[in-house]
Amino acid sequence: MGYERQADFGTPEVRSDAQVTCTIDGREVTVPAGTTVMRAAALTGGSIPKLCATDNLKQFGSCRLCLVEVDGMRGTPASCTTLVAEGMNVHTQTPRLQKLRKGVMELYISDHPLDCLTCSANNDCELQDQAAAVGLRDVRYGYEGENHLGAQTDVSNPYFDFDPSKCIVCSRCVRACDEVQGTFALTIDGRGFGSKVSAGLASDDYLSSECVSCGACVQACPTATLQEKAVKEIGKPERAVVTTCAYCGVGCTFRAEMRGEQVVRMVPWKDGKANRGHSCVKGRFAWGYAQHQDRILSPMIRESIDQPWREVSWDEALSYAASQINRIRDQYGRNALGGITSSRCTNEETFLVQKLIRAGFGTNNVDTCARVCHSPTGYGLKTTFGTSAGTQDFDSVEDSDVILVIGANPTDGHPVFGSRMKQRLRKGAKLIVIDPRRTDLVRSPHVAADFHLPLRPGTNVAILTAMAHVIVTEGLANEAFIRERCDWDEYRHWAEFVAQDRNSPEFLSPVIGVDPEAIRGAARLYATGGNGAIYYGLGVTEHSQGSSTVMAIANLAMVTGNIGRRGVGVNPLRGQNNVQGACDMGSFPHELSGYRHVSDGAARALFEAEWGVKIDPEPGMRIPNMLDAAVDGAFKAIYIQGEDILQSDPDTKHVAAGLAAMECVIVHDLFLNETANYAHVFLPGSTFLEKNGTFTNAERRIQPVRKVMEPLNGYEDWEVTQRLAHAVGLDWNYTHPREIMDEIARLTPTFAGVNYDRLDAEGSLQWPVNDAAPDGSPIMHIDGFVRGKGKFVVTDYVPTDERTGPRFPLLLTTGRILSQYNVGAQTRRTANVVWHPEDVLEIHPTDAENRGLKSGDWVRLASRSGETTLRASVTDRVAPGVVYTTFHHPATQANVVTTDYSDWATNCPEYKVTAVQITPSNGPSEWQEDYAAQASQSRRIVAEPAE
Amino acid sequence: MSAMTTDKLVYMANQIARNMALEPDPVAVVADHIAAFWTPRMLGQIFAHGEAGLDPIAAKALAQLEKGHEPAPQTRATDPHAHGTDAG
Repeated sequence: MGYERQADFGTPEVRSDAQVTCTIDGREVTVPAGTTVMRAAALTGGSIPKLCATDNLKQFGSCRLCLVEVDGMRGTPASCTTLVAEGMNVHTQTPRLQKLRKGVMELYISDHPLDCLTCSANNDCELQDQAAAVGLRDVRYGYEGENHLGAQTDVSNPYFDFDPSKCIVCSRCVRACDEVQGTFALTIDGRGFGSKVSAGLASDDYLSSECVSCGACVQACPTATLQEKAVKEIGKPERAVVTTCAYCGVGCTFRAEMRGEQVVRMVPWKDGKANRGHSCVKGRFAWGYAQHQDRILSPMIRESIDQPWREVSWDEALSYAASQINRIRDQYGRNALGGITSSRCTNEETFLVQKLIRAGFGTNNVDTCARVCHSPTGYGLKTTFGTSAGTQDFDSVEDSDVILVIGANPTDGHPVFGSRMKQRLRKGAKLIVIDPRRTDLVRSPHVAADFHLPLRPGTNVAILTAMAHVIVTEGLANEAFIRERCDWDEYRHWAEFVAQDRNSPEFLSPVIGVDPEAIRGAARLYATGGNGAIYYGLGVTEHSQGSSTVMAIANLAMVTGNIGRRGVGVNPLRGQNNVQGACDMGSFPHELSGYRHVSDGAARALFEAEWGVKIDPEPGMRIPNMLDAAVDGAFKAIYIQGEDILQSDPDTKHVAAGLAAMECVIVHDLFLNETANYAHVFLPGSTFLEKNGTFTNAERRIQPVRKVMEPLNGYEDWEVTQRLAHAVGLDWNYTHPREIMDEIARLTPTFAGVNYDRLDAEGSLQWPVNDAAPDGSPIMHIDGFVRGKGKFVVTDYVPTDERTGPRFPLLLTTGRILSQYNVGAQTRRTANVVWHPEDVLEIHPTDAENRGLKSGDWVRLASRSGETTLRASVTDRVAPGVVYTTFHHPATQANVVTTDYSDWATNCPEYKVTAVQITPSNGPSEWQEDYAAQASQSRRIVAEPAE
Repeated sequence: MSAMTTDKLVYMANQIARNMALEPDPVAVVADHIAAFWTPRMLGQIFAHGEAGLDPIAAKALAQLEKGHEPAPQTRATDPHAHGTDAG
C-alpha cells in the first residue's frame, strides 16, 4: 500500500451495551454510550480539528482546537471531552468556530518555527495539517517577543531527537509515557509560558533519564518535536507494509514504513491485536541489524574447521552439503543425521526444516530451540490440560483481579505486554511476584506488588506446592469446578499429597527462604481475590523440575477454578517470536505437527500419504542427545537454521566438543555466529523484513510476516531449505509460503481453518481454527479441558543436584534485559548496545563486601563446569547468596558456567540454578582468551568470486 | 559407547523415576515416559549397561521395556492415540 497516516479517531473506543444516537453536521450517528463527540464525528467520516487528542490516550481537553457548537448548550465545548447524548445536534463547522480555531492556531504558530519546507515532518505533520484545516494565512503577533525558537535539540537518544523549539506542549508525549507505556519518565516542567516537556530531572537528557525508548512519545507527537533520526536522514516514507516483529513472543505487529527498499521506521500498527498499537525499543527501533555489515550474503564452504571459509555459488554450496549428507548417511546410517529448527524463523520455514529431516534425511532427529526454553510448557500443559499452549489471549488481563507472575520479568522480556499488565495493575488488580530478584514489576510508578516472594533459585515446586497446601487445608478449593471439570480421583490423590505437613509453608520455608506467612497470604489472595491469572517465563521452565513447576501451576489454576474464561488462566510468556509456532510445527523429535507422537500410526499415515515416504515410528534425539552421540562418534551431520547453540545452550565446552566431532555442520543464519565457528557449510539467511510467512505468538495468534524488501542474499529461508531438499533428492515445488501453510492445514487439525486469505482479511487467527472453532480460540478450555477431564499431577519437590558448598557458595541465575535479546546476535548489532554494552554480574552488597568487590570491578565467575570473567554490579535487587547475569554477549559466554543438569521430563537445561564462586579478577579468563583467538581464526574468509 | 553417555542415561532414568515416584503406578508411568521420549539407541545403551546405579523404579521400568512390553499411555503428553483432538 502507499503511505497514509494511520486513522485516528481522536479519543479511545468505548465499550457499552447502551447505544446513543445524535446528529453531527446533519448526519445521524449511533455510538456506544460514553463516546465523545470527536470520535462520533470521526466515525461519520467527518474531521474535527485537533492537536492534543489522539485515540490511544484519554481525552485531555487542552488545545481548544476541537471546539464545537451544540444546540441547547452554552458556549463552544471541546468535542474531545463532550460525550454524545441522545438527540444531541452538533455543528462542527460554523463561522464562529472557524474564527475561534484560527485564533487558537495563530497563537500556536506564533511560537513555532516557520521552516516547514526543511522540516523533517513536512507533509507528515498534524500541526501543519491543522493550520491548513482552519485556514490560517497569517500570524498577527510577530516573532519578536519571547519565544522558544532557540531551544537546543536533545540528540542523546540513539534513535530519536527531541527538538523543544517545535513543541506545542500538547502533553501527548507525557500522557503516552504514562498511560500507554507506564514508565512516567516524562513530565511538563514549569508553568504557563515556561512549560516544557522534560525527561526526568533538569540535569537529565533522554538517554540518562528513565525513558525506556519504547517510542510511544515519538508516535504520539503531532509535530517534529520528537522525531525518529531515520526520518531526518532518509525522508518521509512513501509506502507502508504491515508485518510482525521478529523479537519476543508478544508478536507485535508493525507498519514497516519504507522509502524504496529502505526501512525508514517501524511504527506499531494500531489494529494489531497483540500489541494494540504499542511497541518496545527492540521492535520499534532495533532493526538495523538487517543491514549490518556483518551479514554474510554469499554461501561458503570449507572441508575442515581449521580452514578459512571459501565463498562459493549457491549451487556449489548446496551440492557440497548434499554430498556430505548422502556420504554420511551411506557410511554411518540415517540416524547419524539431524537438524535444528528455529523459533526465530517462520512457521512455514520451520515446517520445511522438520520435513526435510524426517522425509529427506530419513530420521526423527530434529529438535528446536524450545528445548532450552519452553519444552516443559509443552509437556506440562499437555499432561494437565491436553494442549501444549497457554490458555488466554493478552486482552484477557483486562479482566484479571489477581495477577501472579512467577519466573518472568515482563517489563524487560515482554515489555509491550508488561505495559498492558501495568495498566491493569494501576486500575486496581492485585499482584503477586515470585522471583529471586526484585524485578521492576515489584515496584514501579503506581504499581507495587502485594506480595513479592524472593524464593531461593530452584525451589519453585516447593513454593507452589506450599501455596496449594494452604488452599486445600484452609478450604479454599473450588470443589464445584473440580468436580465438574477435573478427574475427582486424581484430585483427591493430589489433595492428600499437598495437605501433608511436609508441604506446609512453615515446613518448607527454610528451603524456600521466604516467610511462611507471606506464602499463606499470597495463596489466600490468589484463591479468593477474584479472577486469578498466572503468567510465567523461563524462571519456571529452565530448572531440573521445570515440567513439574508447569504442572504445579496448572494444579493451582484448577484447584481454584481459574481456567476457562476471561481474566484467568495459565499463560506462558514465550521468549522468542515463534516459540509457539516452532513447537506447533512438529519440531520436537517425538512429535509431528499438532503435537502427535511419531508412534501414532494414524497420524503418521497422513504425513506418509502427503509426503510419499515412510516416517520412522521411533522418537529421534533431542539436542543434548545429539551432542552426546556426536562425542560418542555416532552422530555426524547437522543442519541448523537460525540457532546459535554454542552460545545459547548450556555447558559451552560440551557443545563445542559435540560440534567439533561432527563431519558436516551446516549453519543457515544471518551472521557467522558462534556455532558457525564449527561449521563446514554456511548458508546465508534472510531477515524477517525479507520474507513472507507467519509467526505464532504466546497467545497462539498466527500473524502474517510480509516481505517489505527483497532478500539481500537472494533467497528467503524457505527457498534455501527447498533448494537443499532438491539437492538431497526431494521433489518439492513450493512457489510461495502460502502453499506450505495449506499443507500444514491439511496435516494439522488445529490449523485446519488457517490460510493466507483469511489471515490477510482478518489480520490474525488464534489456533485451534477448525470446524469446532471456525473463528479461532482466544480462550481455551471454556466448556471443558481438551484432554477431557483436567488432570491433577502430584509434584513432589525434588531438590536439584546442583548444590552450593564451600567451593561454590553462591547461586547464579540468568535472565535478559530490555534492550538486548537472547544471544544478542541482532541487538548487539544495533545502537541498543548503548544501554547494555556488556553482561554484568549483579551481586548483593553483603556478598560483595565479603569479597572486597565494588561495582565495576572485574570478577571471576566460576562453577563446576567452567569459569568466565565480567564486571560486577553491586545491588540489593538480588538476595544475599544469589547472583545474576545476562547471556547477551559472546565475550562473556555465561553458558561456560552453566551445567548440564536439565529438566527431568524434557531435558530443558537448568540455566537458573548454578552453584558458583565469585572472586576478584584482573581481566578475561584463559578460556575467554583462547576462545576469542579460536573464533577469530575460524571466521577467516578467503575472498573468491562466486560463480 | 562412552562411559559419560551411559552415566548420563542412568542419571536421566533415575531423575525421571524420582519425579514420578509418587504416581499411583510409578513403574508404569516411568516405562511409558522413557518409551515415548528415548531413542532406540539410548534404550539399547542402557539395556547393555544393566541395572548398576539405577533407581529400583527405573530398573523395573527398563526391565519391562527390555522384555518388549509396550506400556499403556499414562498421560496425554505421551498418548499417541489422542491425535487431532486439540479442538479447544
